[in-house]
This record gives sequence, C-alpha cells and structure tokens, in this order.
Amino acid sequence: MKPITILAPTGSLGYGFDTDALDRAMKQKPAAITVDAGSTDPGPHYLGSGEMLVPRVAVERELEQCLRHAIRNRIPLIVGSCGASGSDPGVAWTREIVLDLAKKNNWHFKLATIGAEVPADTVVKGLRSGKLFDFEAGALPSEDEIRSSSRIVAQMGPEPIIKALEQGAQVVLAGRACDDAVVAALPLHLGYDPGLALHMGKILECGALCAEPMSMDVMLGTLDDTGFVVEPGRLGQRCTVASVAGHSLYEREDPYRQRGPGHLIDMTGTQFDQVDDRRVKVRGTRYTEEKPYRVKLEGARLMGYRSICIAGVRCPVMISKLDEILAANRAYVEDYFKTNEPYHLTFHTYGKNAVMGELETHKGKPSHELGLVTEVVAPTQEQAHAICHVATGKLLHQPFEGIKNNAGSLAFLYSPSDTDMGPSYEFSVYHLLEVEDECALFPIKMETV
Amino acid sequence: MPKLGELAKVVRSKNAKPFRTTFDIIFSDSATYNRVVNQKVVTPESIAKLYNVDRDRITSFFEFPAGLAIKFTFRRMIKQGSIGDADIYGCGQHAPLLDIEVA
Repeated sequence: MKPITILAPTGSLGYGFDTDALDRAMKQKPAAITVDAGSTDPGPHYLGSGEMLVPRVAVERELEQCLRHAIRNRIPLIVGSCGASGSDPGVAWTREIVLDLAKKNNWHFKLATIGAEVPADTVVKGLRSGKLFDFEAGALPSEDEIRSSSRIVAQMGPEPIIKALEQGAQVVLAGRACDDAVVAALPLHLGYDPGLALHMGKILECGALCAEPMSMDVMLGTLDDTGFVVEPGRLGQRCTVASVAGHSLYEREDPYRQRGPGHLIDMTGTQFDQVDDRRVKVRGTRYTEEKPYRVKLEGARLMGYRSICIAGVRCPVMISKLDEILAANRAYVEDYFKTNEPYHLTFHTYGKNAVMGELETHKGKPSHELGLVTEVVAPTQEQAHAICHVATGKLLHQPFEGIKNNAGSLAFLYSPSDTDMGPSYEFSVYHLLEVEDECALFPIKMETV
Repeated sequence: MPKLGELAKVVRSKNAKPFRTTFDIIFSDSATYNRVVNQKVVTPESIAKLYNVDRDRITSFFEFPAGLAIKFTFRRMIKQGSIGDADIYGCGQHAPLLDIEVA
C-alpha cells in the first residue's frame, strides 16, 4: 500500500505546539490531523462535574490552526476525548468552539460528533448479566456506586470514528476515546495493518513526547506495509531508537503488550531502527483480535464538598510536637461534630511526608518550616466550611506543652483563611463492559457546517 | 559507590491509570543499563523493601533493553483523586530510587 502520513499537532489539545513546526509538517501532506484532548490523569473532577480542564482560549487557538490546515488541504481533523473527560458537555463545548471558528473564517465542512456517555441502567444491566468485568479496581462496583455516579463514559475504539469518516465527516469530535484509536482510525479505515496503525497511534497521541528533547509538540508518522516512520515536526527535536522505544514505557504498565477494545497489541518482536538523524522506523508489532469485545468504562461520583485552609508552621516547638497536636485537634473536632453526618478531616503536612505519605522513606528531621493544608470533605459545603473553620480556629490557639508563642500557632496564608473548593468526586466505575456492537454505545450525529 | 540518581538519565513516577503508579528508570547507554541490571539492585523485592510495602503490591516488573530501562508498577495506596490522595498525577513518588547505591 502507498505510504500514509498522519499528523498529531500536540500530545493534548490545549497544551501547545510550535506554529512553524506545524506549518512545516503540513508540507509532508498528511492524510489527517489527529489530536487527543483527554485523559484520566487530571483526576475524577472533570468527569464528575462535566467541567473542562483546558481554558477555551487555548483550545480555540489550537483548533483554529488545525482546522485551517484541514480545510485548506481537504483532509480530516479528528479530536478524541473532547473536553478532557470525553463527556457530553465536553463534546458540546468543543463543537461550539468549532462552529464559532467556522463562522468567523467562513469554513464549510461535514461535522460528526460522537457521544461516549453510558446510562447507569446499561452498566447495571451489564453487572446483573455478568458482562461487567474488573480491570484494576480489585472488585466490581455495587449497583449503588453505579447509580450514584454523576457520569459514566466508555472509551470508544476506532470503529465509531471510522463510521463517521465513512459517512463523509471531515471534522470528527469524539467523546471519550482510546487515544491510539484517534490516530489509527483513518489508516484502519483504509485497510492498513492494525498492529502497526495502533502502535503508531500510541506513539503519536503523545505528540513529540517520544522525541528528544521531549515536549508536547508536532509529530508525524508515516505508515506503509513494512512499518512506520516517526519524525518530530520541530527541527530542534529528533527521534532516536531509545526515545521511541522508551516511549512504550510512558504512563502504562506493560511496555510489551497493550490491550484495547477487541484487541491485543504485542510489541515483544518490535524492531526500532534509526533511519537518519531525526527519524526512526518501527516494524514487527503484532495485532491479535480478542473476543468478546470489551470497552473500558470510567465513572465518577460525588463524595461531598471540600473546604481547605492553608497555613504555615514555623515554630520549632510546635513542629517537634506536631503529630500529637494534630491528633488532639482531630479528637476535639470529632467530639464537637459527633452528632453530625460523616465527614473526612485530612491534614497534609508539606515538609513532612505530605507527598509520599506511607511510602516516604526519609527518616531525618522535618523541615524547619511546614506547610499545613487542612482539608475537610462533608455532605454539604456549609458543613465542610464549618468543620474546617472549627478545626483550624482551634489549632490557632490550641495549647501544647512547652508553648512559647501563645499568640497563635498558624501563619494563615490568606484572609479568608478557609476556602470552599466545591464538589469532591471519586472514580466510582473503572471496569470493562462486554458489548455486542462496537458502535452501539457511541451515537454519531452528522451535520453540515 | 555511585547512586542510581547519578547513573540514570531518567528516574520518574507517573500514574498508569487511576489505580496504579508506574516507575521508569532509563539509562543513556547499554553499559550502564547492564551494570545496574546485572547487579540486581533494583528488583521487586528490593523495591518492596525500600518503599516498605508488601511484595504483592508490586503488580509488574520489567527489564526493557530496547528502551535501556527498568520499569515497575505499584498498586496505588489511595485511588487517584480520592480523599487523602496528595499526588494526582503520581509524579512525586520516585525520589527514594535516586539514592539506591550501585557498585
């Protein structure tokens, strides 16, 4: 088959790329521009709330450049996991931006939006019929965890995107999608080797993170029957065998085998060869179809509302007794709110094991100055605020043995000292659902812009 | 004795999805990679001991010569972003590896 080139402008839409690098990469006549816009990495908040991670100004700026190239060259632009979580609000928000840009620039094209939200009923039905499987959570969710989720999405494979392309879409805005599927959809649609196409997708979806020096930037992949060649868009960057092979490690557990919906990609026999200074050729990646076809679900549910207080502790006497002081504070708060609904009080002591917690191996003295973040999650914002204030208000003047500074023990960073953080979510569903039809959960809407 | 932090090009931790943290130790050349691998200073057992976790918390361990890397993965102590988690991206858990001594 004739070689096909795919361009990825960046590793995550909104995180930037070099405009000159994009313009230069476009000269290689890519057959599509593809970009991933989401991840679970920012945590459960964006899925739970439906809020966007990246500000509109950044997405607008980058989509305008990508769309301009796509329209001018009459090639598809495919965006996966719109709005970070790939929720319906994420797709709708991205669609609004695209429509505004089309109007402003007088662009016309066929647009497909693909939803990825799954009704709780569908998941409960899967649970009851034995079609829901544990992935890494360690257990199946309860019906209550499923039903109390504020939102559940499924990661689509390439099939719904291919279907949208078959229906003539030039711009595809997909909800939650496997990031490699976004890059591989067009090559798969045209009949290229699926193992190579998906492996190329795995590398390109991170932009130029597989180059040296690594960055979120423009990346090109050119695929044919024998393998694919990757090349960074920016001249100051290069791909090496080590940088490309090493990318198989990034943010995943197994560098040799990668499962996706309906398939397993095996990289044990993959070969990496340096083509020239800046390009690496990859070959030998193998694809195995797996049945039944399973999609990964991601759900988030509301755990309550959070309030925090940030304060510094500089007094050496207090630092030396901090554990017992915080234990006494916790006991005081528990007694004060004993008739209340359940809440969570957490102290994050920066300068003393806040980042690693139980995993901390440093055995020396804590820092001479500590940052104390007091965090409360309670059923309502009002309760969280009240508990946070009672805890830190007490701590400010809490007596302890050897106290020298009895004027107050906390150096509050702000007035107000308590900050209401809004809803707090947790991942409630992270499981595999067996499906008959790869596209059934992902409704496609076509429109002419 | 030199430390891993001096010998390796990259020592990092990161989420591998919401329930796991994965660690990569990457070297610049195969001589250094082989030196560390052959000495068996980074093994599932040594890591479990270093981080004071049960051996079965470590879900996988790879020596990856194509990438000149050693890689292992933990089950997270707290599910990403849940109450009590203080490292949303899991990228702050690598520091103890820097001090591993290599003969």
